[in-house]
Formats: sequence, C-alpha cells, structure tokens
Amino acid sequence: MIEISNIKKVFNPGTPNEVLALDDVSCTIETGSFVILLGTNGSGKSTLLNAVAGTFFPDSGTIKLNGTDITNMQEHQRAKYIGRVFQNPCSGTAPDMSIAENLALAVRRGAKRGLGAALNRGDMEEFRKKVKSLNMGLEERLANPIGKLSGGQRQALTLLMSTWIKPDLLLLDEHTAALDPKTANKVIQLTESIVNKDKLTTMMVTHSMQQAVNLGDRILMLHNGKIVYDIKGADKRVIKASDLLAMFDDIRKKEQIDPSASDMLRENYI
Amino acid sequence: MSLLIGALTIGLILSLLALGMFISFKIYNFADITAEGSITLGASIAAALIVSGMNPLSATLIAMAGGFVAGTLTGIIHTKFNINGLLAGILMMTALYSVNLHIMGKSNLPLMSQQTLISLAGDIGFIPDNDTAVLLVILAFVALTGVALHLFFRTNLGTAMRATGNNPQMIRALGVNTGLMITLGLGMANALIALSGAILAQYQGFADVQMGIGMMVWGLASVIIGEAIIGGGSVGMLIIGSIMGSVIFRLLVAVALRLGMNPNDLKLITALFVFIALVLPYITKKMKKRGVEVK
Repeated sequence: MIEISNIKKVFNPGTPNEVLALDDVSCTIETGSFVILLGTNGSGKSTLLNAVAGTFFPDSGTIKLNGTDITNMQEHQRAKYIGRVFQNPCSGTAPDMSIAENLALAVRRGAKRGLGAALNRGDMEEFRKKVKSLNMGLEERLANPIGKLSGGQRQALTLLMSTWIKPDLLLLDEHTAALDPKTANKVIQLTESIVNKDKLTTMMVTHSMQQAVNLGDRILMLHNGKIVYDIKGADKRVIKASDLLAMFDDIRKKEQIDPSASDMLRENYI
Repeated sequence: MSLLIGALTIGLILSLLALGMFISFKIYNFADITAEGSITLGASIAAALIVSGMNPLSATLIAMAGGFVAGTLTGIIHTKFNINGLLAGILMMTALYSVNLHIMGKSNLPLMSQQTLISLAGDIGFIPDNDTAVLLVILAFVALTGVALHLFFRTNLGTAMRATGNNPQMIRALGVNTGLMITLGLGMANALIALSGAILAQYQGFADVQMGIGMMVWGLASVIIGEAIIGGGSVGMLIIGSIMGSVIFRLLVAVALRLGMNPNDLKLITALFVFIALVLPYITKKMKKRGVEVK
C-alpha cells in the first residue's frame, strides 16, 4: 500500500520560472491496485511518479510504502522496493552492455553487489527462458549490446528487468509514448500480463485515453498539481474514452485554459 | 637495441597509467586530471619510502594506496559536493603538488644505490641481460593487471560500475549508488596511475615534482590509439588496446625523437594528436550525415 500525504513541490522557487508542480497531493493506493495517472502536460502526473521514485525530494508531505516512510530515502535506496520503466526506451537499459549483462544488473536490484561473476551458467539459462517468453527472438542475442535493439525491444526488456525481482511498486512513466502504435500495443499487452501475473501494485502515467480505459482499476486525473478526479471501482469499469474527454473539457471550462491549449488537447486525445 | 628495450619498458610502465585513464575516461566518461598529481604522488611516496629504507614492494603498495585516496577524494569532491568533474580533478591535482613536495622534502628525489623493484627484477637469475629481465617482468606484471581488470569488470560490482558510466539513471533505478561507484572507480584508476608513477620512479632512478605534467593527455592518447587499433569492442579488448596503445605511442615518440624531433614539442604534438583523435569521429559523422562518402 502506498500512502501519499500532502505532497507539495515547487520547482525553481523564487524565480520567474516558479512552478507549483504538486499542490498538496494526497492519495492512498491499495496493494495490488493498478492506477492510471492522466492529465495534460504540466498537470503533475509525471512529477507525482518521480516523487514516489525519489528523483527529487518533496518540499513537504510524506510518502509511505507498505508502512515504511520512504520520503527521505535516496532514489537508489528505494529502488529495492520499486521497479521503473521510463518514457525514453534508452533510459532503462545500458546501451553498450549486452542483453545478458543488463539482465544480470536487474537480477540484483537492491541487493549487494560484490566480486562474484555477474554472469553464471544458471542465470543464463533463466535469462534465455524469460527472454524467450517475449517472443522477440532475443534469446539468441543475449551477448549483443542492448543499444542495437529497437525501442520496443528495449522497452520490453526494461519491463522484464524492472519486474525480475518482484517490486512492491511498479512505476511506468508513459512507457509506450515513444513507440509506434503497433509496438506500443505489444508493450501494453506485455505490461498487462506481467502486472496481472504477479498482481503488482502499479502506477502508470499515460497520454492515451484508450490505455486509461482498457487498463487498470483506477484513474487519477491531475490538473495544476492537484488530483481533480479519482475514478475507481464500478465507475472505472464502465468508463469510456468519451467520458474522460468530457472530464477534460470540464476541467478546461472550469480553469478556462486558453483556446490553443484546448486545441492541443483535442489533437492529443481524439 | 637498448633504445628499443627502453622504449618498450617505459611504454609498459605507462600502460598502467593508460589503464587508469581507461577506467576514468572510457568507463565513466570522466576526464580525470587528478592523474597528473597522482602519478607524481605514486613516484614521490615510493621514492621517499625507499630512500628511508623501506623495502620497495611495501613502498610501491603504499604509493598505490596513496593514489587510491587521491582518486577517492576527487570522487567525493565531485559527487558529494556537486563540483564539476574537471574542476574537482584540477583542485586535487593542485593540492597534490604541495603534498608531493612535502613527501619528498624537495623537488627532486634521486634513488641512488637503494634496492628497487627494478633492481630486483633485473637480478632475476635465468635471464642474463638486466634490461631484458626488467622488460619481461614488467610485461608479465602488466599482463596480469590487465587480466585482473578484465575479470573485475565482469563481476557484479564491476558491471554496476560500467553501467554507472553507461546509463546512471538506469542503474540508480536498479538500486546502485552511482556516486559511490564513481568515487570507487576514480580511486581504482588513480591507484593504478600512482602504481605507474611508483614503478617509473624506480625505473628512471628519481622522482620529480614536475613529472606529472602532461601525463593525463599522454594516457588519453594511449587509450585512443588502443581503441583505434582494436576497433572498439568489449572491455577486455579495450584493456588490451590501452596497453598496446601506450607501448606503441612510446615507440612512436622514441622514433620521432631519434629522427630529430625537438623534445620541447613533444607535449604540443601529443595534445594535437589527442585533439584530432577526439574530433575525427565527430567530423566523419557529420560528413556521413551530409551524404558524403567516407572510406
């Protein structure tokens, strides 16, 4: 269970670029829940995800993961509990290292790293088996540098790596946004099967209404650093993309975003 | 012949410097100028301790430890205090200049009749010629060091270090303290560089406070030549390349000096060489982009 309480974050305080990125955000996410974070650019959805991941420390508020206060834990310390996939397919893997070496790095997420050999025969068998399950033919290319693979292949491997050790929480930051639609679909299917299989507690940022409708059991819609809609349970099951668009429209009316921004919304979401 | 053996020997001694630069520059993308201070540090610690009567092996090991501390401090300045890497190295290098003077007590410390690792190597029984014996012992030692480094970069710790240089965001998300990895890596690199200095001092028979000047670029040149010869590839290949690069570079310099090059121009030419090696890939890439055929 994740308890986010009164998280506040101002970027560039005291400068003309001051942004209130998170404005007193609170929410509780149950264990096993798959939460979709929606919102316009600059709404704070990725910032919220990064606050949980520990990329920066919030100005105030606390974040608890399964009862442990992780608010002041460094990014690498929380990595013990958290698996992450990034928007940029290049971010989740070390390009000059082989597929097998990347996997070996992931096998020891949060564990001590000593002078034992990173690659041993037993691991290699397991790598081959799991990579084969991706159906991408990568099991024969374990010794190749990962940087030579396509974005979709890298993203699939990153998913595999981030969940190799079952994380208490999986963070997906628009992890299909940089992929072509077909590849994105594949990665989404893989995401679904991995999350469902291990009943992973997941937070996923997306721009796609379709993904928000099809995936997960809860939608948090953010705007100007606040959670403005929290859709769960039966409401989430019956919601349609058009409903979400209507909500965006609603926000727009309330906040009177300038027309150019609403045009951009239409382009992005219809 | 003795000129050739001398050039090969110095090339091999300096290949330890090249291996250190390989760690900081190739593994971490970190141009670590601490090298110029730590190679002198290694030389001055070894020389001072040997002169004071310590056995040369312990003196050399302590010199190595000194280099490790220097590199670690650069790493801490860089990662804990968020100071730009190059500046962190410059601070350390500058501080080490005074430290080195203190260690030696003067700017040049000769090793007269003291027993050194080099004199011990030269006395190996079954090889009649002293210089050849020294060359072979150093060759064996450098080869061992290369193998050890290669194996190290295949361990869990070693791969975490490589990933830190390759993609810090990714490896942090996998629970590795990247600051610690950089600090440890710079420590290792400068330990090797100090070792190089310690052996060099024993080989040439003196330590000098100026001997580090230009050494970083020298090490870079070796690494770059090695990469060009080997053509990239795995860490193991790049390690072999760095060692070969150092030897070849030393040989080239020896030949050039023999052919009458002004020794004063040596560092200028080294710098030009590294400059060209650094911009060449960029230029060819640009030409390829424009559609120009590049052979």
